[in-house]
Amino acid sequence: MDSLLNISSALFLLIGSFLCISGGVGILRFPDFYTRMHAAGVTDTLATAMILIGLMLQNPDGLVILKLMMILLMTLIISPTASHALASAAVHNNLMPELDKKEDNEKVTSSNP
Amino acid sequence: MKDLFAVIMLSGIYGLLSASFFVAMDAVDVAFTEASVGAGISTLLMLAAITMTGRSEHPVRHKPVLALAVVIVTGSLLIYGTLDMPYFGSAEAPVHQHVAPRYINDSMQEVGVPNIVTSVLASYRGFDTFGEVVVIFTAGMGVLALLSVVRHPKGVAGDIEEIDSLNKSMHEEHLILRIVAKMLIPFILLFALYVQFHGDYGPGGGFQAGVIFAAAIILYTMLFGMSTARRVINQSLIQLFAAIGVLVYGSVGVISLLEGKHFLDYSALSADPVAGQHLGILLIELGVGITVASVMVIIFFNFAGRKDDQQNKENNES
Repeated sequence: MDSLLNISSALFLLIGSFLCISGGVGILRFPDFYTRMHAAGVTDTLATAMILIGLMLQNPDGLVILKLMMILLMTLIISPTASHALASAAVHNNLMPELDKKEDNEKVTSSNP
Repeated sequence: MKDLFAVIMLSGIYGLLSASFFVAMDAVDVAFTEASVGAGISTLLMLAAITMTGRSEHPVRHKPVLALAVVIVTGSLLIYGTLDMPYFGSAEAPVHQHVAPRYINDSMQEVGVPNIVTSVLASYRGFDTFGEVVVIFTAGMGVLALLSVVRHPKGVAGDIEEIDSLNKSMHEEHLILRIVAKMLIPFILLFALYVQFHGDYGPGGGFQAGVIFAAAIILYTMLFGMSTARRVINQSLIQLFAAIGVLVYGSVGVISLLEGKHFLDYSALSADPVAGQHLGILLIELGVGITVASVMVIIFFNFAGRKDDQQNKENNES
């Protein structure tokens, strides 16, 4: 039982850390605001949730699990909302996604000749 | 850097970073204060300020040579001053010789509060904390005196009309934000109360609790509009509360004076000195919390109200 708990917790923690790292790489390498924000959003919700679940499995103590559950619930509510607010603020200020622009340019250049 | 928005964001990030190094140095109370005040509310208030002043700094023609010279001289003097101080973490430092051991050994018998930081802040150094609260109160009064908006009220009917139109528009803009905020605000307020009254046992206390409480109200104001918030939070009442907090703190001190003890010596409050200390710390933390929360709300309302006034004037002119 103990080893099962340990292995599953380690698995969750590994997935969480992998998502954190990939999110960081995504923020650095993605081309425009929206895709970068998508990377940050994945780090915020899924990676945090995975790490918190991994920590919960590490802890036999009931109170700690309860506190971690509260944190998990709060992050699951707050961080998608924060991402949504950021994205809608960007849309409100007429920031176009990079990929849309490229397609437009291609259309323009292909229609020109 | 000319973009003030970026400057404010950087200062917020700096606040968060210093909060994390306070945690690394095991100063959880300080980290909590820094995270809530430095990274949270001061960033928010400065953002509210740049909505009025504009986003970028005026270009300066002359080069600030004099300022640079003053900064260099002061900085090198300060660094010269640190040379006499003991090395960081050195066991022979005077603070580790008599002050810290005194608190660590005796505070449990004298004050009886498990969180030594709270007992130092509220009991041993109660006078300093009183000064801090008065400073915050004075800041609130200063904002009121300089920036307070004379409202030309549209009357209650006008307000209700505005709120109605706002509620109708709710289904179009900020729908998600408003619903999530409605879900979260009760928890934020509850957490503020927890921080307020759990300060004796864990990290927390009046300053953090007041700031968190004010943050919940400010979140509500930002999402539901000034006129709705003005109906929820009565302006003159909240000004009264700002004064009541300081008065609670001061009157605890005066009571202990009347009992024949020193100013802010809480052991006078009860027959049992330790119980008296508990009661005194609870009361003054309550005073601190009330004052901090109401002053933050006052400052934000006056900043945001001024912005509203500017917009109304522009609308009327155009």
